[in-house]
Amino acid sequence: MNVLKIKELSVRYGSVEALSEVDLEVQPAMVYGIIGPDGAGKTTLMRSICTLLPYQEGSIEVLGYDAASQAKEIRARIGYMPQRFSLYQDLSVQQNLRFFARLFKVNHAEMLKRREQLYKFSRLEPFAKRLTGNLSGGMKQKLALSCALIHTPELIILDEPTFGVDPVSRVEFWQILHQLKADGISIVVSTPYMDEASQCDKIVLLHKGRVIGQGSPAETISGWKGKLYSLTSRDLQKLYAFLQTKAGKDNLQLFGSEIHLFSEQELSSDKIADWQSEFPELESCVEIKPGMEDVFLRMMQ
Amino acid sequence: MIHTSHLVKQFGSFKAVDEINLEIGRGEIFGFLGANGAGKTTTIRMLCGLLKPSSGEIRIDNLDIIKHSEQIKHKLGYMSQKFSLYPDLKAIENLQFYAGIYRVSFEPALKRLEPILEQFGLSSILKTLTQDLPMGYKQRLSLVAALMHDPPLVFLDEPTSGVDPQARREFWQVINDLAQSGKTIIVSTHFMDEAEYCHRVIIMQDGREVALGNPAELKQEYGSANMQELFLKVLGVSDAKL
Ligand SMILES: Nc1ncnc2c1ncn2[C@@H]1O[C@H](COP(=O)(O)OP(=O)(O)OP(=O)(O)O)[C@@H](O)[C@H]1O
Ligand SMILES: [Mg+2]
Repeated sequence: MNVLKIKELSVRYGSVEALSEVDLEVQPAMVYGIIGPDGAGKTTLMRSICTLLPYQEGSIEVLGYDAASQAKEIRARIGYMPQRFSLYQDLSVQQNLRFFARLFKVNHAEMLKRREQLYKFSRLEPFAKRLTGNLSGGMKQKLALSCALIHTPELIILDEPTFGVDPVSRVEFWQILHQLKADGISIVVSTPYMDEASQCDKIVLLHKGRVIGQGSPAETISGWKGKLYSLTSRDLQKLYAFLQTKAGKDNLQLFGSEIHLFSEQELSSDKIADWQSEFPELESCVEIKPGMEDVFLRMMQ
Repeated sequence: MIHTSHLVKQFGSFKAVDEINLEIGRGEIFGFLGANGAGKTTTIRMLCGLLKPSSGEIRIDNLDIIKHSEQIKHKLGYMSQKFSLYPDLKAIENLQFYAGIYRVSFEPALKRLEPILEQFGLSSILKTLTQDLPMGYKQRLSLVAALMHDPPLVFLDEPTSGVDPQARREFWQVINDLAQSGKTIIVSTHFMDEAEYCHRVIIMQDGREVALGNPAELKQEYGSANMQELFLKVLGVSDAKL
């Protein structure tokens, strides 16, 4: 049985079509990523799955229940963390965790076990007694995540869970997601981080409310047509300006200390040599394999 | 432009910022990196005059931040990590509101910011209620709001959190242009590729400075290929990798 089955879903806000004809399926024990630019409809899709939004066309089936007529059954079986999850600011870290454990009817022994695992990722244990209102932004986000994960429903839906979470905790958070998956739990997650998208078993790419791609990260990347090069220089801004005159802005993307250049054809070594003589600060130009972020940026054009 | 010495912030017995010394020049893009709770926001809020240091000194343009707070207020723009626009106002009304706070006339300010509004794709959504905007768009709007009064010093606390990969690049295009035009930019981020775009960065841990310098030089010093690697090395967690 599929954990989630969506068929030809369309959602409208007034005259605005937020989602059109979305089809997707999530199998058990899978991490399913919802990827797309700001405003693509990711949150709308997640809210629809959680039965929090009426939809005009299509169908949503969650854990075998119909979202339009069996909302109560669905809500009792899923966990949802919205983009802005409200914690009690005047409760301590520990009190918030206990509060949500009770709310979700988690027994005490189970709660202690989960809490230990969650503290490991959040590093909030030394601050267990601190008031939530006095935590830093990222610490609050990590506490919200911990509260959402203190119980283990069959399906967990997380809307940009790593918003403002630091690089180290992000890694540890994903380890928890993989652990949950190993325990048979399904996870639907949205993220603007492409390294996280690569960690999913399957992703759906949304753009302007439509599905423009679906599959495993490897499949998504293998759809790439053309060549990709990484170029470096001491003065990256200058290199960017130079390449703009050679290859056009649409084929260039900054990647930290590198520039990625898309080309339909292979760049001949003559051409690279020409560039090097015209722009001596060009340090290197090597062909690379595209990553998820390259694919995402290309698809958005 | 910014000078701090022995900057400390204490909450009860907890030291959130511990002996931070900074010297930041005009036109510089200066980045704050560090784990959650390292003290980035607390430092930035003190530099903006929003939080009183427990001890130490801050001077902005050679003026003491406490003694000349009114004068300094107009020199700086601040985009807070916590979303601070009114959700029940239209996007444009929020900009109007900010113009009002800083006592600048709205129309010319909007005209000046037009290229950025265009670049961010905001021009077409100015009449939308702020609460109906996707998160990434709220972030873009917040940045524009912080620029309404054309401040020479701009503080951006995690401007690109929750922003998609394409828009993140546009944010940095804007940040670069602002710095080119002579503005000083203080920015915090959890994206290590963005750290590469800063002229200098400070990496904080438990309120203290653990590294400070130009990204290229720091990478060389620590023998790291990129800022992500450097960051993990400096914080002593080299095995953490996605
Ligand atoms: N009013 C307060 N009372 C007690 N502790 C506080 C208060 N404000 C901040 N802190 C603590 O100071 C430390 C630094 O917080 P700060 O917000 O500066 O971190 P940060 O580096 O910006 O983190 P993040 O990446 O999560 O935004 C945290 O441990 C936080 O809980
Ligand atoms: Mg902060």
